[in-house]
Amino acid sequence: MGLESFLKGEGFITTTVDAVASWARKSSVWPMPMGISCCAIEMMASGDPKYDIARFGSEVMRFTPRQCDLMIVAGTVTYKMAHVVRKIYDQMPDPKWVIAMGACTASGGIYRTYSVVQGIDQFLPVDLYVAGCPPRPDNLLNALIQIQDKIGRTKVSDFKNAKLPELNVIQNN
Amino acid sequence: MEIKELVPQKLKQQFNETDFEISEYLDELTIKLPKEKIVKVCEFLKKDSELEFLLCQDITAIDWATRKNRFTVVYHIYSFKNNFRLRLKADVDESDCRIDTVSSVWKGANWQERETYDMYGIKFNNHPDLRRMYMPEDFEYHPLRKDFPLMGIPESIPLPKK
Repeated sequence: MGLESFLKGEGFITTTVDAVASWARKSSVWPMPMGISCCAIEMMASGDPKYDIARFGSEVMRFTPRQCDLMIVAGTVTYKMAHVVRKIYDQMPDPKWVIAMGACTASGGIYRTYSVVQGIDQFLPVDLYVAGCPPRPDNLLNALIQIQDKIGRTKVSDFKNAKLPELNVIQNN
Repeated sequence: MEIKELVPQKLKQQFNETDFEISEYLDELTIKLPKEKIVKVCEFLKKDSELEFLLCQDITAIDWATRKNRFTVVYHIYSFKNNFRLRLKADVDESDCRIDTVSSVWKGANWQERETYDMYGIKFNNHPDLRRMYMPEDFEYHPLRKDFPLMGIPESIPLPKK
């Protein structure tokens, strides 16, 4: 069935810490559903039986940032909301990734106006942009697969010297 | 008597006739009045047993940009009893950008006046809680004014640090 059939009774495998850690990380990415507007509907749809995000190991949408590795920013981010998004991002434990879902998060989209942030990369480190207004659930799943590729390429040493300035933010607030 | 004639007639009986500028467009009655009278007129319209304008549906404003009285505050009120909608208008000039609150008449006017204050900078005298509705509290401008640029004023709303 699974891995054990390849072991053929040997009982052990050899691998590297990097490979195991990144494999474990990428196979169960827990998303933070930062659903702000209409993109959130498509994000919810990607969890339903038709699209089934569980096939990729990401069905546990956590509503606390402390248990998440991936923030899916789905919707129009206003200047007022930007502070909330950033604060939630800061509360997520490292390592963490960000998907900017939809035209609004990438560039402000149709909201070319004073109240909407013209691209969330002005205040968040974005790993992946998903095109569409809103993107179809397939598109989000594709993004998830690509994020998994990216996570799979990480090494333990990548995070060794990671500075954690966000700890101060949490304590100050 | 039809309600459309009754409202102006009653107002003229109760108040000074020359105060009101009455017009009708697309079957909708609009009454323009001086801003000093707004609370008294609203109180009368609500409490009169034949009219009973119990619902304040909307309060907003118009920015005429170059006109002498720059702003017009617009009230939409509704009478369930007569199934009739009435529009009240009052001019406010930029030099004295204030009008009395009607939140003492309709409680629901509270937030609508806050919204109007946020977007146009018109202050409402005696308002119980005149804070901004949408924009951050330390924002200095009023976005729906005609002289406010569409893309806003750069750096006027701070973003979190990256």
